Amino acid sequence: MSRSEELNQQMDINGIEKEKVLMVGAGGIGCELLKTLVLTGFQHIHLIDMDTIEVSNLNRQFLFRKSHVGQSKAKVAREAVLKFRPGVEIVAHHANVKNQEFDIDFFKQFSVVLNGLDNLEARRHVNRMCLAAGVPLVESGTTGYLGQVTVHIKGQTECYECQPKPAPKSYPVCTITSTPSKLIHCIVWAKELALAKLFGDKGQVSDLDVRPTSNEDGAVSNDPDEAQFFEVRSGENSKAYAERVFDRIFGQNIVTALQNEDTWKARRRPDPLFLEKVLTEDDVVTTNGVCSSEGTISASASLGLKNPQETWSVKDNARVFLESVQLFLDKRSKDVGKLVFDKDDQLAVEFVTAAANLRAHSFGIPMQSLFEAKGMAGNIIHAIATTNAIIAGLIVLEALKILSNKTKECRMTYCVEHPSGKMLLMPVEMAEPNPRCYVCSETPLVLELNTATATMREVLEKVVKRKLGVTDPVIMQGSNLLHESGEDIEEDMVAYYTALLDKKFVDYPTPITTGVVLTVEDYHQDFRCSLHVKHRETFDEEKEPEGMVITGDLASLNNTDASAQPSTAAPSKIQNGHAEEEEDDDVVMVEPVPKAATAGTKRKLEEEDTQPTEKRLRVTESVPIEV
Amino acid sequence: MDPSTELLTEQEAAVYDRQIRVWGVDAQRKLSKARVLVVGMSGVVAETCKNIVLAGIGSLTLVDDSPVTDEASAANFLVQFDDSEGQGITLAEVCAASLRDYNPMVQVKAEAGSIQSKPDSFFGNFDAIILGRSSVSLKKHVNELCRKQTHRIAFYTVDVRGTCGSLFVDLRTHSYTSKRAKDDKDVQLELSYPSFEESLGVRWSSMPKRTSKLLFALRCLEDFEETEGRQPGHVSSQDLPALLAFWKKACEAQTVAESLVPEALLQKLLRAGSTELPPVCAILGGIVGQELIKAMSCKGEPLSNYFFFDAGDGKGIIEKVAPNT
Ligand SMILES: [Zn+2]
Repeated sequence: MSRSEELNQQMDINGIEKEKVLMVGAGGIGCELLKTLVLTGFQHIHLIDMDTIEVSNLNRQFLFRKSHVGQSKAKVAREAVLKFRPGVEIVAHHANVKNQEFDIDFFKQFSVVLNGLDNLEARRHVNRMCLAAGVPLVESGTTGYLGQVTVHIKGQTECYECQPKPAPKSYPVCTITSTPSKLIHCIVWAKELALAKLFGDKGQVSDLDVRPTSNEDGAVSNDPDEAQFFEVRSGENSKAYAERVFDRIFGQNIVTALQNEDTWKARRRPDPLFLEKVLTEDDVVTTNGVCSSEGTISASASLGLKNPQETWSVKDNARVFLESVQLFLDKRSKDVGKLVFDKDDQLAVEFVTAAANLRAHSFGIPMQSLFEAKGMAGNIIHAIATTNAIIAGLIVLEALKILSNKTKECRMTYCVEHPSGKMLLMPVEMAEPNPRCYVCSETPLVLELNTATATMREVLEKVVKRKLGVTDPVIMQGSNLLHESGEDIEEDMVAYYTALLDKKFVDYPTPITTGVVLTVEDYHQDFRCSLHVKHRETFDEEKEPEGMVITGDLASLNNTDASAQPSTAAPSKIQNGHAEEEEDDDVVMVEPVPKAATAGTKRKLEEEDTQPTEKRLRVTESVPIEV
Repeated sequence: MDPSTELLTEQEAAVYDRQIRVWGVDAQRKLSKARVLVVGMSGVVAETCKNIVLAGIGSLTLVDDSPVTDEASAANFLVQFDDSEGQGITLAEVCAASLRDYNPMVQVKAEAGSIQSKPDSFFGNFDAIILGRSSVSLKKHVNELCRKQTHRIAFYTVDVRGTCGSLFVDLRTHSYTSKRAKDDKDVQLELSYPSFEESLGVRWSSMPKRTSKLLFALRCLEDFEETEGRQPGHVSSQDLPALLAFWKKACEAQTVAESLVPEALLQKLLRAGSTELPPVCAILGGIVGQELIKAMSCKGEPLSNYFFFDAGDGKGIIEKVAPNT
């Protein structure tokens, strides 16, 4: 008897070598999973990953070497595995799983789909494709020592979206522009506002000013003088520019903000920072402009600040700020005007660290090291090889149960850091499908918004894409098409849809107001749901920063409670980067372990008090979809 | 140089960035000084080696003179396809080459000769020893040698039999920092471990009712192999009658009921023989790697002192087996 036959007997599985499986993701979990799959005897594997290899992957993605940096993860992983199992058929797709080529028929060819993904959006997409194609899905996630594996079988267990999922953290504009209380607020300010204002695409930041607003409602003035201020003046050298900007954003803007007494009644008043007070003549050292050893332009290298773990003094932060601005203008002028924050851009990380620390100092918030600030700005996920290996092993065990038709034995397994009742690996029975899930059942949703101000563009962005996770939406009102996306739409329809995009809902040919039902569809995902529109005048700026709320409670439709207070424009919010960019190559969506993990226990998205809070920054925020 | 001011190199900082965010720079520095010895390149040991080499231990020495056969590479991905054609190359040498490639910052070497042939002084060169599948007497012998050294040597022995895995840990006396649950503050703690032999001496009748059945089943199987003069794992379903008789005697000696372990579990372990289910290797190898990293970096609470996993029920359970003092 061959080795794999022997194993098959032990697991009571016949012919796994004939089964075809799809792996989505070739990162931290993916590398481990691919290796374990082929060792177990799987012979036909498709692998999808759009990412390329980075140096910081090498501590855990063991199929990759330094020489592979920049190459396709899927392709390099395939070649590495063929070296120890040459006969296996592995098809590597260097592509986005959301591409049209991966349609329902593509998914249907597999016996099981195994996810090792790094973002919520792709996970939700794969969940819908698996539901549509009727293929079982094994889903996974890790962060640090924590991990989990879940199984999703249509009609039998809950789907990936039956329970609300954590959403990326976002902050009210006024907290970022005027009243920061945590370092993360200053980091978001430095990254999304200061960096963008100085070096980014000017057109992109027009509505968000670096200067603290004095308006109560959080709207931001568009002072033409302000826009011009950040242009380099003729004859001005980079040093003079850097110093002028320093005094404006850390000094004068704070002075202006202080004039608004109401803001500071119940808050600590910030201290303006002016350069002449922060740095004396002697402090301004001449720099060598030397790059770090890898050839990267770096302000801390040219200032001789070697330890990224050390928190710089206020003086050093001021020096790094000035130096980084000068280096951008002098050495990276081709990026100026189109710079976007990237956690792997050393100079951008230095600028953000220094600017955030200076602002933090001003507001009495403790400063942090470059290393810590980089982690916060880049939303860097804490990732280690051992947890990924364990999780990959558990994924394969669940896949084997599915393939041997023992789906009743499938479990959701938590990998925990501190044993819970002697258990480090804790299996829990899978929950049944949620009958009110808007993805795997046909539950109507209620969309509350101000129909006098809301537009299709906002609804698409804030609700349909971000909350519902729809990639290519089609919106209908009855049988009337209101919006479509994709490539093969006729020109006159494109013009028609474009005209509707920014029209207020009340001004639509058939006004969209309370009682109207909008249908949202995604043909690719084979997804469809109904949105019951309900008009509401006011929204809580802190709790409902989007100015629109989606819930699964149909009963509230009859419950009109229009507030007397009229509102101005809906406040916007600032996210710490965009969902896809901020993710690293591993996986964050670890759900807290249930307090009492018993069969059928409903999991709650509540914080475990044993976990350090900063690690769970993006983990504990639940999406306001209450289904 | 004072270790607290010693900086990581730029390359270390770049490659280890994500894990430093989990355990900190200080732990990384300690880890990079750890000298680890590994004996017996089974599938689960290959997984363990991959994990600790990626994490950036200081050095790794592999002992396994066996030839590179198909069986040896069944659950061992460190053996590459063309390696098996080499004449006279040992399994340790082949694995060392792959591991070096994984992380050039770690010194990996293959040590020739069997572990039994090494002088006692050889063991003094290491901070941790991981023993793969071995007989009860070899485990006792190596554990005793570790305990004789003046400096602490962390001792691990790990084995996977089919769908079941087991791990024993002896850290002698171990001081470590750990985050306190209530306020997240670092606290200094200490743990004492019994030796392997001491843990074997604990009477079954004195253990809690809910102790993992794998602990008893595996002990019985290993004792059976030793008594019968078999190589560890060289058993099959045909041994069932003899093993059941052996089990009956063991239960009488330990004054426990025979029903303590279901016959099906003993049967399952016999049927597994020497095979290792690769996903179980990945899981056990992950746990051993993680435990070694905790012990070498003196950060985080290590498990004490047994760990069992059975793919049958999916539970990964820690058992503390120590004599009452
Ligand atoms: Zn669902």
